[in-house]
Amino acid sequence: MSVAAGPIGSAESAFDRRRRRMGGVFAVLCAAATLVGVAALGVLLVDVVIDGLPRLDRAFLTSFASRIPERAGVKAALVGSVWTLSLTALIAFPVSVAAAIYLEEYAPRSWVTKAIQTNIANLAGVPSIVYGILGLALFVRTLGFERSILSGALTLSLLIMPVIIMAAQEAIRAVPSTIREAAYGLGATRWQVVSSQVVPMALPGILTGTILALSRAVGETAPLIMVGAVGFIAFTPRGVMDEFTVLPLQIYSWISRPQEEFRRLAAAGIIVLLALLLTMNAVAIILRNRAQRHS
Amino acid sequence: MPTTYDIQLGDREPALVAQGVSVYYGEKHAVKHIDLTVPRNQVVALIGPSGCGKSTLLRCFNRMNDLIGTARVTGRVDFHGQDLYGDRVDPVEVRRRIGMVFQKPNPFPKSIYDNVAFGPRVNGIGGDLDRLVEESLRRAALWDEVSDRLNDSAYALSGGQQQRLCIARTLAVRPEIVLMDEPASALDPIATQRIEELIYELKQEYTIVIVTHNMQQAARISDYTAFLYMGELIEYGPTETIFTNPREDRTEAYVTGRFG
Amino acid sequence: MSDERAPRRRFHDELEVLQERLMEMAGIVEQVIGEACQAVLTRDKSAAEKITATDYRVDELEMEIDERVIELLALQQPMASDLRQIVTTNKISNDLERMADHALNISKAARRLADTPPLPEIRELAEMTGIVRAMVADALAAHVSRSAGKARMVCITDDKVDDLRRSLFRILVTHMLEDQKRLSGALELLLVSQNLERIGDLATNVAEDVVFLVEGRTIKHGVEIGGPRERPAS
Repeated sequence: MSVAAGPIGSAESAFDRRRRRMGGVFAVLCAAATLVGVAALGVLLVDVVIDGLPRLDRAFLTSFASRIPERAGVKAALVGSVWTLSLTALIAFPVSVAAAIYLEEYAPRSWVTKAIQTNIANLAGVPSIVYGILGLALFVRTLGFERSILSGALTLSLLIMPVIIMAAQEAIRAVPSTIREAAYGLGATRWQVVSSQVVPMALPGILTGTILALSRAVGETAPLIMVGAVGFIAFTPRGVMDEFTVLPLQIYSWISRPQEEFRRLAAAGIIVLLALLLTMNAVAIILRNRAQRHS
Repeated sequence: MPTTYDIQLGDREPALVAQGVSVYYGEKHAVKHIDLTVPRNQVVALIGPSGCGKSTLLRCFNRMNDLIGTARVTGRVDFHGQDLYGDRVDPVEVRRRIGMVFQKPNPFPKSIYDNVAFGPRVNGIGGDLDRLVEESLRRAALWDEVSDRLNDSAYALSGGQQQRLCIARTLAVRPEIVLMDEPASALDPIATQRIEELIYELKQEYTIVIVTHNMQQAARISDYTAFLYMGELIEYGPTETIFTNPREDRTEAYVTGRFG
Repeated sequence: MSDERAPRRRFHDELEVLQERLMEMAGIVEQVIGEACQAVLTRDKSAAEKITATDYRVDELEMEIDERVIELLALQQPMASDLRQIVTTNKISNDLERMADHALNISKAARRLADTPPLPEIRELAEMTGIVRAMVADALAAHVSRSAGKARMVCITDDKVDDLRRSLFRILVTHMLEDQKRLSGALELLLVSQNLERIGDLATNVAEDVVFLVEGRTIKHGVEIGGPRERPAS
């Protein structure tokens, strides 16, 4: 093995040049891939904004749907989405987190637990329409909740719970075992360890996972159609048992109309939906930062 | 057969008596039938090569092995005349009375105050919490350095300070015995020295069992030393004898560095 | 470069070097003691000069051993039998150096003796030199062979040396009283016997150190303390 002598850079070989070139090529490829994704997104956004922004005004946000495009608005769908989302969060979050805590901290390492874990992972991949069918049969018909926000929220909860559970489990697993050891070593019970150390530390991760799941839920259309959300609603819901519609559905129904004007309405609706999503994500980031700062 | 000699108890009851303690990890027999008496208010060091079972044995003393699913402990660990592994013994209370400091400092992601206060809070120890926190920090020789920033995050402290914080945290629940698993191995020499001095002071009030892979450290700070090898107790006696004139050939070979 | 090194190889190499130095010193000292005793018995004047030259080497070795011992203690943290070996090497080298000094004294006395009128032969003198030389040889041999039994025997022999010195004292005093011309000669022999006794004591020291080295037991000053390390007596 010969040892290079002399200042750095004085003994470059063909091998060095080649590997340096490969590195450069690879970096350029990665940048190009990123650019493609960003560009595609940009083009879509620009297109939507150009189409929809002119139509976006106060009247649009406060009017109900109508057969006359000039008078149509997104109020019912927006309020419906917010109601549905809130109820879904209320149902899915505690149940999922509790399930994740149980699976990670309490469940014995047996084949039963493993089977449950595998099945949850499978459920996360089931197409949403299947949840729609399930919701129709279980909530709408059997339990008699009919076509209501409650049915919709329950169906969406089932849909996103596997995702939240897996994300929460990851977050809980990421809490270092040394923290648990230290807490146990001080004479804490399992519940004390979980509630005062593990969950607070895992909270940022859990919240992030939850918000991501809810973001998915906000855009779901098919299961809600199955469960009875309708395209033409002229009132805002007053209770969870009321009929309802949601933004994606409204957008879909507008797109299906032949008139040009409805296309612009749809674009405006998309902007509202995106704004809702951005708000949710902002809330998620704020909550996560708050939780992280407290630790 | 282990050689145990000259363990002076004086007229005080021993802090811990291990009788025939074995630990199995599944099929693996990690700790083999160990008898060991820990005298009160002394420092007992457990030494031996990696994998000899010293940490595993230490964790038997406060039932930390219960937390490992595959671990099975047999034998008896006598504490005030009661077997710690008896039927109606609550491991949570065992761990309050027999504390543990770990190898890497592991403070909670909370303030210095909340770290020390955690133990008393979860155990329902009442009284003046502020005073308890101060007392514990003083006993761990850390008070002077943190008294003006108790609400700062524990992570703002240096490694040596964090370890002393962990010691303060352990002391806050008023244990009788403090188990230490290589407490200084992640620290620089100055921090190590402070921990060693601290151990010497703590000896007056507490009984200390320390696992260390650093023989010189064991020689410096312990009163009694137990040499373990492949899960067995080979020799257990006064520290100065173990290091100047051990009885077993294997002990001699280990302390002179011929293997390990 | 082999990776199959025994652990602490450097340390063991250093220990070997230390041992070699001590052996060299022991060899020289045994020799000069023999030469000095011989000079007394044969009234030889030349030994003193030779021994003076050799004494420098002994002092050199003692200082070198001192240095090496300090270094090993500070840098290598020796334990158990390694520690005992290093400590006893230090002590033995000190004792050997003093033995050499006493041998030098004896050789100088021999030189002065050669200029005095000869005394009648004293059996006890030859006996004493013989025993003391044997004690030194046995103590050093016990060290080499790590034999505690042999070392203990040396300690027992010391009593005999004391007895001989007292006998010699009486004999020499008698000589001095009998004949004035024998005064200086007898005085020199008195000096020689004292130095011989000191060499005997130093040999006993060495033997006691050997017992400590082998058994970890201290048998100085008439007491036996320390943990027994059961080794077969050899």
